Amino acid sequence: MRSLGILDRRGLIFIVLVLAAGVLIPLANLLAPAGSPFHVSDYLVPLLGKYLCYALLAVAVDLVWGYCGVLSLGHGAFFALGGYAMGMYLMRQIGPRGVYGNPVLPDFMVFLNYKELPWFWLGFDHFAFAALMVLVVPGLLAFAFGWFAFRSRVTGVYLSIITQAMTFALMLAFFRNDMGFGGNNGLTDFKDILGFSITAGTTRGALFFASAVALAAGYLLCRALVTSKYGKVLVAVRDAESRTRFLGYKVANYKLLAWTVSAMLAGVAGALYVPQVGIINPGEFAPANSIEMVIWVAVGGRGTLVGAALGALVVNAGKTWFTGALPEAWLFALGALFVVVTLFMPRGIIGLWGDLTSRLRKPAGPVPAPKPAE
Amino acid sequence: MEPVTQSLLYLDDISVVFDGFRALNKLSLTIEEAEMRAIIGPNGAGKTTMMDVITGKTRPTAGEALFAGIYDLTTLDEADIAQLGIGRKFQTPTVFDMHTVEDNLLLAVKADRRAFANIYWRRRAHERARIDELLERIRLKDQRFRKASELSHGQKQWLEIGMLLAQEPRLLLVDEPAAGMTDQETADTAELLRDIAKTRAVVVVEHDMQFVRDLDVKVTVLHEGSVLAEGSLDQVSANERVIEVYLGR
Repeated sequence: MRSLGILDRRGLIFIVLVLAAGVLIPLANLLAPAGSPFHVSDYLVPLLGKYLCYALLAVAVDLVWGYCGVLSLGHGAFFALGGYAMGMYLMRQIGPRGVYGNPVLPDFMVFLNYKELPWFWLGFDHFAFAALMVLVVPGLLAFAFGWFAFRSRVTGVYLSIITQAMTFALMLAFFRNDMGFGGNNGLTDFKDILGFSITAGTTRGALFFASAVALAAGYLLCRALVTSKYGKVLVAVRDAESRTRFLGYKVANYKLLAWTVSAMLAGVAGALYVPQVGIINPGEFAPANSIEMVIWVAVGGRGTLVGAALGALVVNAGKTWFTGALPEAWLFALGALFVVVTLFMPRGIIGLWGDLTSRLRKPAGPVPAPKPAE
Repeated sequence: MEPVTQSLLYLDDISVVFDGFRALNKLSLTIEEAEMRAIIGPNGAGKTTMMDVITGKTRPTAGEALFAGIYDLTTLDEADIAQLGIGRKFQTPTVFDMHTVEDNLLLAVKADRRAFANIYWRRRAHERARIDELLERIRLKDQRFRKASELSHGQKQWLEIGMLLAQEPRLLLVDEPAAGMTDQETADTAELLRDIAKTRAVVVVEHDMQFVRDLDVKVTVLHEGSVLAEGSLDQVSANERVIEVYLGR
């Protein structure tokens, strides 16, 4: 296999599949008549779109966990912050169509007796500003967090615990009504995005397509990073951090860069998620969400990027099916899945696939006699 | 800045105290350019702590540590010190298991160490030539594309020495290079280190007396965190105090 370039065969297949799905699924929803076998229901499009956002999130988690050894149990925070930035834009687009008809203040602010828009809501009526904030807010938080954590050489389980504490603290903060982000109800009742009705089939299709493009682009960005010499250093940090330091690399800077990029990708995933599910609330900061993300990556195959995306799709499809068919059993199924993967598939679905295909390529013939030890 | 000393490495009155335990006690040591020195001493003599101080892993409680007469090692971190030209080989071979032998050397080859610069990095001919030359020297040419995890213990030791050379350090600190090696490998390693010491300073910490004899260089004996004796192996072996310490009388 060629090692030149950033795309190997697996990556190429992945990109093609994601982009093909990004085009075909909205078309199948809009063009195929309802009775046709090719029709994709209105219910399915945003659901699959949500999976694509999760897949991008999983790729972001894999960049730091799989390649840099930083196990984040708080990536939900970056995802939710990106979601809130987008939600704030969508709230401002409602304008005077809210229940209280206030042209400037969102409903929850009228309800809570706000007299004017808090300063941190300024600018969010512009899509470009909101889009910038989707990157800047998670990026800045990650940078500040990483600056202190990586420079103080906090690693391993201690780092995981403080990432968890970070998202938990944010959850508690966002639950408060006087934070100015809608308290426990969060932001919802969205009407338009960029002037298009958010519930229209075409808008849903466009959002789905945008999610697919974001996933493909996020994958390519991470792939470019991990196949560069920078990526080799990252893996070196993961496997032998102090050795890397004694070779003259500033380990903290390497981690900080990957960490910040990862947080920004998570923010983008959150921003695309919110208009497709129609709501963002502090529950997205819940520590359990961040732990689930790690399970997606572990199930798919850590340190492969494609595996992370695949894991997110498989686990979430399972979740959708289970919570419909056997709602009480879902958490047990998730727990069992994690145990099975940890015990029997340490390299996840991707690793299992690799083992199976390599076994098939070498069909069972006479087993060569083991050479006697010299 | 005017160099304070002509020595490449200058340690003066270094003390390291961990919770009341003096790991190093007013240790003073100088190493000249392209000198090879063997450091011996019983367990707990402070050999590893001394290396930690020189490479920035441990900050001394008191004392002065200068490199090339101008760089204060007590204020720099591991990465800065490595970039100044001090390379370190650990006691247990520490290589990057998931990388190929070639990539292990590539990561060590002297080059820009900044994160952003390495995103845009492209393979260059002179780097490749340098890696070829190193592979030849550490006898791993045929293992170029193998993962480091698949190498034998002795090969890992040599790979790590190769990585040290790739850094083009002025001073190499080598911790027990012969540990776990066969007799032949041990002799070859002594040969390799002697060869390296023609152009660079090498400090070898070693337990294996035969190996120290093979090196045939000035020996420093550490005991309880300070220098007990210095001289040729024969001289220090004849020293009363050294015999006392080693035989525990």
